[in-house]
Amino acid sequence: MSTIAVRKSFLSTVWEYLTTVDHKKIAHLYLGAGGFFFLLGGLEALFIRIQLMKPQNNFVNEQLFNELMTMHGTTMIFLAAMPLLFAYMNAVVPLQIGARDVAFPFLNALGFWLFFWGGIFLNLSWFLGGAPDAGWTSYASLSLASEGHGIDFYTLGIQISGFGTLMSGINFLATIITMRAPGMSFMRMPLFTWTTFIASSLILMAFPPLTISVFYLIFDRLFNSAIFDVTLGGNTIIWEHFFWIFGHPEVYILILPAFGIFSEIIPTFSRKRLFGYSSMVFATILIGFLGFMVWAHHMFTTGLGNVANAIFAVATMAIAVPTGIKIFNWLLTMWGGSIKITVPMIWALGFIPSFVMGGVTGVMQGIAPLDYQLHDTYFIVAHFHYVIIGGVVFAIFAAAHFYWPKMFGKMLSEKLGYVTFAFFFVGFHMTFFVQHFLGLMGMPRRVATFLPGQGLDLYNFISSLGAILMTIGVIVLLVNIVITSMSKQQVANDPWGDGRTIEWALPSPPPYYNFKQLPLVRGQDTWWLEKMEGNKELPPAEPLQDIHMPKGSILPFFIALGLFIAGFGAMYNPLNQVGDGHPMGTVVLIFGLAMTFGTMLLRSLRDDLGYYIPKEELEDDDAKGGKVS
Amino acid sequence: MNKQELRAQYEYRRRKSAEGMRLQLISFGLMAFLTIISFLAVGYGLPKSFVVPILLLLASVQALFQLYYFMHASEKGHGMVMFFMYSAMFVAFITVLCYMTIIWW
Amino acid sequence: MNLLEQKFTPETWPEHPETYTQEGKNKFIGFWLFLAGETVLFASLFATYLALKDSVPNSDHALAADIYSLELVFIMTAILLTSSLTSVYAIYHMRNYNFKQMQLWFFITVLLGLSFLALEIYEFTHYVYEYSFTFGSSAFSSAYYTLVGTHGAHVCFGLGWITALIIRNQKRGLNLYNAPKYYVASLYWHFIDLVWVFIFSVVYLMGMLG
Repeated sequence: MSTIAVRKSFLSTVWEYLTTVDHKKIAHLYLGAGGFFFLLGGLEALFIRIQLMKPQNNFVNEQLFNELMTMHGTTMIFLAAMPLLFAYMNAVVPLQIGARDVAFPFLNALGFWLFFWGGIFLNLSWFLGGAPDAGWTSYASLSLASEGHGIDFYTLGIQISGFGTLMSGINFLATIITMRAPGMSFMRMPLFTWTTFIASSLILMAFPPLTISVFYLIFDRLFNSAIFDVTLGGNTIIWEHFFWIFGHPEVYILILPAFGIFSEIIPTFSRKRLFGYSSMVFATILIGFLGFMVWAHHMFTTGLGNVANAIFAVATMAIAVPTGIKIFNWLLTMWGGSIKITVPMIWALGFIPSFVMGGVTGVMQGIAPLDYQLHDTYFIVAHFHYVIIGGVVFAIFAAAHFYWPKMFGKMLSEKLGYVTFAFFFVGFHMTFFVQHFLGLMGMPRRVATFLPGQGLDLYNFISSLGAILMTIGVIVLLVNIVITSMSKQQVANDPWGDGRTIEWALPSPPPYYNFKQLPLVRGQDTWWLEKMEGNKELPPAEPLQDIHMPKGSILPFFIALGLFIAGFGAMYNPLNQVGDGHPMGTVVLIFGLAMTFGTMLLRSLRDDLGYYIPKEELEDDDAKGGKVS
Repeated sequence: MNKQELRAQYEYRRRKSAEGMRLQLISFGLMAFLTIISFLAVGYGLPKSFVVPILLLLASVQALFQLYYFMHASEKGHGMVMFFMYSAMFVAFITVLCYMTIIWW
Repeated sequence: MNLLEQKFTPETWPEHPETYTQEGKNKFIGFWLFLAGETVLFASLFATYLALKDSVPNSDHALAADIYSLELVFIMTAILLTSSLTSVYAIYHMRNYNFKQMQLWFFITVLLGLSFLALEIYEFTHYVYEYSFTFGSSAFSSAYYTLVGTHGAHVCFGLGWITALIIRNQKRGLNLYNAPKYYVASLYWHFIDLVWVFIFSVVYLMGMLG
C-alpha cells in the first residue's frame, strides 16, 4: 500500500481486487458485476420487445421467448438491481456513519463472490442446454414439469447468490449498529443509511423462506423428494407462498435504498434539509413492517378465500400511506429550496411522478376483485416496471452520477448525463405507459406472440420503440463512463459543492483507511453543519493514532467457488429427474462442498489479526493531501 | 486501581457469577420439569384438544428460558438483538399461521 | 500489542470478554442477527411440515403416529437439554478466566452432541428400514426429513465448530481474540437446543397425538 501513486501492472490490480476486503473496492466489484448483468438483462428485454414488435413475429421461438423472459426477470432482480444497490451501500454507508470499514470485511468480500459465482452459474445455462423457462417466479407445478436443466440452473444459482445477499444484509445491520462514529445517534443517521438498515433487516427476514423453498425445489428435482409432487401428497401452493413471503419484502429491499438515494439527492440540490426527517424514518420502518403482511396480494386468484383476500387487500392499500408520506416529504423538501438542476436531481424529479403512477396502479391491484381482471395481463407488467424502473433503476442511474466522483474521483459528463436521461425517461414512458392499455384490453403477459387485428398492434409497436430509446440512453451512459474513465480530472472532496453528509468531507476517492481520525458527529447533516460554521473539516473524536486494518484474503473467492463447483455436482448427480446423472456428479458435489467448508475451516484456524498503519505514515499522508493511490 | 481493590472487585464478581450460575441451574431444572410434563401429557393419552395448547405453551416458555437464561439475553446490551429476535418470531408466527390456515389442497 | 499476546489474570480479565473488543461486539451482534434469520428459516421448515403432515400417497404409507417413539425422543431431548446446560457451564468458566474448566465443559458438550447425533442417525435408519419411510416416499416424509435433517445438520456443524475451537486453542489458553468465538459457538449450540424444543413438541409429541 504505497502512498505514492504508481502505475500498477494489470495482474497486480486483478489480484488486488480478488483479495480485497476494502468496502470501497468491493463497491467497485459490485458496480462492475451488477452493471454487466444489468446489460445482459437489458439485452434480453430488448429481444423480448423485438419479438413483440409486430403480431406473429418469428424473431425468437416460444421456448426461447420463455427463457428470455425468465432470465430477464431473474437477472434484473437478483443479479442487477440488488448488486447495484449493494455497490452504493458499500461505497457510501460506512463513510456516512463515520466508520473505517464494515463490521465484517471478510464476509463482505465473501458476499460479493457468492453473488458473482451464483450469477455466472445461472447464466451458464445459456450454453449448457437451455436457460430456465418457468418465469422468474418459477411456480412449482410449472418448474417441476420443465425439461432439461434450466430450472436447476435457476435454483442452484439463486441459492448461491442468495447466501451472499443474506451475508451482506447481516453485515450492514451489524455495521450500522456497532460502527457508528461518536455522536452519530440513530436519529442523526442520513436517510440512505437508514433505508440500508431497514432493507438489510428485510433481507434478514425474507431470504430464509426463499432459501428453504429453493432447497425444496432442488431436492424435488435433483434428489427425489416430494414436497411439490401432488401424486405423493405434495402441494405446489407451498412454493407460491414462500416465494411471495420472500418476494414481496424483496421489492421493498429494492425500493427502500432507492428512496434513500433520492432522500440524499433532493436535499442536496434543494440546498435545504430534508423535510420531516423523523417521519421519513418512521415511514421507512412502517413500510418494512407492513411489507411482511401483504405477500398474498400476488396470489388473490389462487383462491385463498374471501377473508384472507380481504385482509391482504387492506394491508396492501395501507402501504400507500407511509409511501405517500415520503412523496410529500420530498415535495416539501423542494418547496422553498434553492433548487439546482443537475443530472442526479433531474433523475429525482423524473422519479417522483413516475413512481407515483406505479404506486397508484399498485393500489388498484390491491383491490382484490379488480385484481381478478388485471391478474396476469400487461397491466401488471406495466405496474411493476413503473415502480422498479421508475423507482429503483432511476435511483441507480441518479446514484451513478451522484456518487461517481466519490467512488472514482471523476465527474461523469453532465451533458451526456442529460442525453441519457432524455432518452431513457421518454423511452421508459413510451414502453410501459401503453402497456397499461394492452393489459386492460386483455393481452396476457408471458406469451410469445399475439394475433393481428385485435387492436394490440399499435401499442405493442410503440412499446417496442420505447425499448429502443431506453437502449440508446444506456449506451450513452456507457460512452459517458468510458470517456470519463479516460479523462485525467481529479475532483475535490465535495465536488457538488452542496454535500451534506460525512462522505463529502473526505477526499474523492477516500484513502483506504477512510478516516485518519474518526469524526465527531455534532448533528444531522453533519458536513453541512460544519461548513455552515466555517469549518474546513470534521472535528476529530480521537487523537491521531495507529489504525487497525483488516488484511486482504483470497479465501472468500474459493469459498464461493466451492459452492459453484458443488452446484454442478448436484445438478448432474445420479438421482436427478432429467436422467442424465452420473456418479461423478456426487463426487463433484462432495468435492465442491469440501472445498467450501475446508476453506472456511482454514479461515478459522489461521489467526486474522489484521495490521496497523503506523501514525507516522498517516502524518506523511497529510503532507500529500491525504490522497492514496 | 490498586491490587486490593482489584481483588475485592474480583471477589464480588465471582460471587455474582456464582449466583448467576445458580439461576441457570434452577432454570435448567424448570426446563427439564416442563419437558417431562409435556411427555407425560402425551404418554397418558389425554385428549388432543387439551394437550396441544399445553405443548405449545410449555415449548414457548422453555424457549424463553433458553433465550433469557442460557443465552444470557436478560443481561444488558441485548436490546437491539432481542428486537430483531422478536421481529423474526413475528415473521415466523405469520408464516406458520399462513401454512396452517390458507393451504388446503 | 495484539489480542493474542495480551495476558490476563482472573482479576484483570474483563467481566464480558465476549463484547470487550470491537471485533467481539461485531461478532456478538452479527451472530444474534444470524440467529434471527435462522429463526425464520426454521419457521419455514416447520410451516411446510405442518402443511404436509400425514400427507401421503396411499394408506400403506406410514403416518406420524405410527413411527415416532416416545422413549427415543425423550432420551434425545434429555441429552440435548443437558448439553445446553454444559455449554452454559463452559461460558461461566470462560467469564471466570478458567480455561481448563471451559475446555472440559465444551468437551462434554461435544460428547453429548455426538451421542444425540448417533441416536438421530439410528432413528432415521430405523424409519427407512422398518417403515420404508424414505426421503422421497411421500410429501410428509420429505418435509419431515428436511426439517429434522436440517436441525441434524446444524448439530453436525456445531460439533465441528466447537471441536475446532477446542483443538485450535488447546495450547494457548484464553484471550480476547478467541473468547468471542467461544461465546458465539455456545450461542449457536443453545439455539440448536431451542429449535429442538419445538421439534420435540410440534413434530414428535403432537405427531403422536395423530
